[in-house]
Amino acid sequence: MARATLPRKSSTPRRRNFSADRAWSLVVLAPSVVMLAIFVYGFIARSGYLSLTDWGNDPVQALSLNPVIKFTGFDNYANLFTGFLETRFRQDLVSTLFFTVFFIAACLGLGLGLAMLLDRNPRGEGLWRTIFLFPMSLSFIVTGTIWRWMLQPSGGVNALFGLDPNNNAWLTSSSTIWSFDFNKLPLATAFVVGLVLLVVAWRAWTSGDRTRTWTAVICAALLFLWALTFGNRVQITPAPEPHGFNLAFIGIVVAAVWQMSGYTMALYLAGLRGIPDELREAARVDGAGEWGVYRHVIFPLLSPITLSAMIILGHISLKIFDLVYAMTGLNNLYTEVPALYLYITAFQGNQFAKGAAIGMVLLVLVAAVIVPYLASQFRRSDRA
Amino acid sequence: MTTTVPETRASAAPRRFSLSRALVYLALVVAALFFLVPIYLLIVTALKTPDAINLDTTWHLPGTWNWGSFTEAWSKVSGGLRNSLLLAVAATALSALLGSLNGYALSKWKFPGADLLFALMLFGMFIPYQAVLIPLFQFIKGIGLYGSLWGLILAHVVYGLPITTLIFRNYYSEVPDALIEASRIDGAGFWGIYSKVIFPLSVPGFVVVVIWQFTQVWNEFLFGVTLANPSSQPITAALAQLSGGQAVSWNLPMAGALLTALPTLLVYILLGRYFVRGLLAGSVKG
Repeated sequence: MARATLPRKSSTPRRRNFSADRAWSLVVLAPSVVMLAIFVYGFIARSGYLSLTDWGNDPVQALSLNPVIKFTGFDNYANLFTGFLETRFRQDLVSTLFFTVFFIAACLGLGLGLAMLLDRNPRGEGLWRTIFLFPMSLSFIVTGTIWRWMLQPSGGVNALFGLDPNNNAWLTSSSTIWSFDFNKLPLATAFVVGLVLLVVAWRAWTSGDRTRTWTAVICAALLFLWALTFGNRVQITPAPEPHGFNLAFIGIVVAAVWQMSGYTMALYLAGLRGIPDELREAARVDGAGEWGVYRHVIFPLLSPITLSAMIILGHISLKIFDLVYAMTGLNNLYTEVPALYLYITAFQGNQFAKGAAIGMVLLVLVAAVIVPYLASQFRRSDRA
Repeated sequence: MTTTVPETRASAAPRRFSLSRALVYLALVVAALFFLVPIYLLIVTALKTPDAINLDTTWHLPGTWNWGSFTEAWSKVSGGLRNSLLLAVAATALSALLGSLNGYALSKWKFPGADLLFALMLFGMFIPYQAVLIPLFQFIKGIGLYGSLWGLILAHVVYGLPITTLIFRNYYSEVPDALIEASRIDGAGFWGIYSKVIFPLSVPGFVVVVIWQFTQVWNEFLFGVTLANPSSQPITAALAQLSGGQAVSWNLPMAGALLTALPTLLVYILLGRYFVRGLLAGSVKG
């Protein structure tokens, strides 16, 4: 990054008052900084505080002018994650994670495919690009409205392909696949983390870092030990609770991919165009076939783009709200996501504390994706 | 990679007809159908009379062309359209102007901690608005702007600042520092440099930011549905209402969707290059 260099005293004959200019730059930034400090960080803090209260849990207090708000600690969170009545929220959480995975995978796959097609310089490239990208300019509400009609049981896609509406209830299906018991989540998490630690240990071993190897091995061993002894007995919900991928989401994933895959195409196309022809030629001279060029030269160079796209799409999908609202409305339990549940609890049910807690859960999910990304971007630009 | 397989020829010349070439076009056509078919259905449905919309003829062209859906949809969304227009223009102008000044200050008058400050600002671009929605709602209500367009404008300006600042900062970092140096030696200060050097160079930057922000604000829904009441609702909220009702006759929401989509679609078709630049700016930080 180029930095504004200070003028040397001797070389500036008519030097203006430099500190005054510098002060102006702070004055100019101040309003934005103050506003963002309040609207982003202040409001997050306020949401955080509200989520620790009982505001709105009693409907009478919710709407009174001077509500009595009691501090209740982590009750709202405990309730959301373990309470008997909040199965709904936990299903929303599972749904949003499934949705995110399929949405990202499909956008990446389709986007990369389209970019590779366009990279072969077909005629009318501009027109194809326009066609693939135009849904990006639409509102999720428009997309949702169109696809809701496309996916009506007795019309649209079913009529086009001659599908039986009874077996293809796109947005209204209540079937679930890949169900798992929510109670087993800590156990499963422990196993996955343990396996990851073992991989870390193996890598450290091969690179000769003994301390790291042993630390990772011991942590993994402790996790497995816990999983095998106490982990089995963990009960986070009062009863076994199956959650899985609701098939009604397939239609919403299709609509979301329709809208956003042009974005990954644009990213990948920019990346492909940035790869110098000499590199491909060199690989071909070395004897790589068409596929070999992609596998050994192009895909590795595109991996930073894939990561960026995953992060951008991931944070969009974790907080998605309008598309679901437009496609299945507020009352379809099978296609609910946490962001929609928040709207229902806080803005229709006036349960503000619970809504704030859901908002904080969403924030944590998104921040877990975004913060490392922003940090790495800035570390890189510092080194440059 | 270093192993040499003889007999492997470099791939065929790009423009010659070949099977792989034909497959490329076939794949492109199939993909284009996936993107265009919903639009076909949107348009034909919007042009049908309600009683002509049924299972057997879903995909047929309308027998009688019925433009009445647009008149009816217009009467239901025109208020929202007016609100959206005002909202998008005001919020875009304000956030673009502030973003330009921020970008200038952050890229050309760097102070210690400027990068950290910028990173903290950028975070505001990614937060789920749901995490600030309840306090925002209280705040807008508290200062008496709930249900007026001004509350929405305020929210869009503030939460638009990160992206406008980002785009301008990246844009201005391309402006050579030597140019700033030279003007400074000529006696120009903070504002002089901005008005004589930076601002005149900013037109392409403003085009990108304005197009991107306008589209974003126009398409936004969450604020529109939580911070506005029916009289100040943007068009997205009006459309959601139009299509969410009981016993929908589908010609109406389809016509409404077309009306809602038209402005941003036109912007994209006419100025797509700048739209894509804004799109890419949102993911490539610097």
